[in-house]
Amino acid sequence: MSRPREKYPLPRGLFVGVHTTFLVLIAIIVLVPLASIFVGTFQDGNDVIRNGISFDVDLAALSFDNYVMLFTDSGLYFRWFLNSFLLTAAQVAGTLLVSSFVAYGFAMYDFKGRNVGFIAVLLLMTVPFEMMMLPMYVMVNDLGLADTYIVVVLPFLAAAVTIFFFRQYFLGVPKELLEAGRVDGVTEFGIFFKLVLPISKPAVAAMAILNGMIIWNNFLWPLLVLRSAEKFTLPIGLNTLLTPYANNYELLIIGAFFSLIPILVLFLLFQRFFVAGMTAGALKG
Amino acid sequence: MKKMLYSQRLAPYFFIAPFVITLLGFWMLPLGRSIIMSAQEVLYGDATFIGADNYQRLVRDRVFWKSLFNSIRYMVLTLMLLIPVPMFLAAIINTRIGSPRIKNFVKASLFVPALTSVVVAGIIFRLMFAETGSGLMNQVIGFFGHGPVRWLRQDIPGLVALLALAMWRYTGVNVMYFIAGMQAIPEDYYEAASIDGASKIQQFFRITVPNLKPTLVYVTTISVYGGLAMFLESFMLYAGNNSPNNQGLTLVGYLYRKGIQENDLGFASAVGVVLLVLIMTINITHLTLTGTFKKEESR
Repeated sequence: MSRPREKYPLPRGLFVGVHTTFLVLIAIIVLVPLASIFVGTFQDGNDVIRNGISFDVDLAALSFDNYVMLFTDSGLYFRWFLNSFLLTAAQVAGTLLVSSFVAYGFAMYDFKGRNVGFIAVLLLMTVPFEMMMLPMYVMVNDLGLADTYIVVVLPFLAAAVTIFFFRQYFLGVPKELLEAGRVDGVTEFGIFFKLVLPISKPAVAAMAILNGMIIWNNFLWPLLVLRSAEKFTLPIGLNTLLTPYANNYELLIIGAFFSLIPILVLFLLFQRFFVAGMTAGALKG
Repeated sequence: MKKMLYSQRLAPYFFIAPFVITLLGFWMLPLGRSIIMSAQEVLYGDATFIGADNYQRLVRDRVFWKSLFNSIRYMVLTLMLLIPVPMFLAAIINTRIGSPRIKNFVKASLFVPALTSVVVAGIIFRLMFAETGSGLMNQVIGFFGHGPVRWLRQDIPGLVALLALAMWRYTGVNVMYFIAGMQAIPEDYYEAASIDGASKIQQFFRITVPNLKPTLVYVTTISVYGGLAMFLESFMLYAGNNSPNNQGLTLVGYLYRKGIQENDLGFASAVGVVLLVLIMTINITHLTLTGTFKKEESR
């Protein structure tokens, strides 16, 4: 029997052509919003706010003025950029450390309460933060801890999704490694830090990227906690520029565009880790 | 002390302690207080018990029902858009035809919107859906002969803008989920089907869709939560929590207005409890239906 022929509704060459054209068209449509804000960075801010962004622009009116302004006279913008950068770095490091630590407990030991504890992890994985917004906001105000970075970070160090991901990874680590460590007189914590964590680099990389992206873009909780302008992160700072009374719409537009750059660079360098981290939860069944 | 570091019986409790502390301190405790507060009138830190008054106020509150309606409408529409469309795109990307380089470019492009913060995405879409004739979307519909629309001032056009924003940000992520799910389906299924003479379309509905069940369950779940708890997309698109006739107000938006903007903590807590009950009902139903509880118990 001959190899079954693939059935195509059109002659094969034409079919491939239609297929490719369609996909490229979709990709272009998806990139249009980013391209249009990019065009907006060369325009007058008040014009853009009044008339919207589009590709129908007067080429003679385009200028680099906004770029000059960004680097010479952009007020707190780079302060916010630095705040976001440092906060993201610190929170990613803390989240990876604490969450992998917790995940190790769930993955490697049999103990009373493990199932209940792990079901709590699964529940927290899907509960949207919006549900906790008010209770946590009230608590922070009562404790007088508003406007501090520690409160922005602390509730999210033991992050459910990250715990889940590390636990799945640790389940694949051979138990003989742990036994060998115990025979050599390494403590239980030493086994985690010195033997297991060093061989978990792929999991650490995927989670660093995922958390980095989430935390860099984090908006709601920092918006509720941070009050003084010099402590703002980028998303919150940009949001304050979007008011009817603002006088610096150029900074809003070019600042929004510029805030994308670190994440885009990271994505171009580490694309496969992004996808691995994002799709981790979907395949658990 | 030294002995404790070596104890395999105690070690797990040390390992999971940060999670337990977080769960109790940052989730359970505030949540419990919030439930109590929903039965109180809270004025400048003084709380008086008023029983179910807040809930009675809630039931009679038109704006509350409007916000609940908006949240559910948004959730249903995103489910109808953000599952079939990404599944179709994933299916046509995940074929053997076409150049892998072009397909990788398409995949990367689809994913890029997911990297933007809701703030940046909201700013971009607000400007694209500007109400003058020179805004991008009005130019697009103008090309098809339609006059300019005042997008964010009317209910349905505003909803279209909101859904466009949601589609833009989440299509790519869902496509990745479906591609990952499709790649886990054994190739032999398709070979056997094509020997039996099944067409590509039949193969998609008889093999791909049923085998994607775990992915479908996951994507549905996160879409239900994301839809019901949607707030920031609307908050950014309308440049704040106020929209004409509250057309963009969601349940969480109402919670934010009452609790954070108006400091009516007792009443806002009651709104929060409604949201909590809605979400936990769905959550527990979902975990029971997918057998997660059983799986964890028998491990």
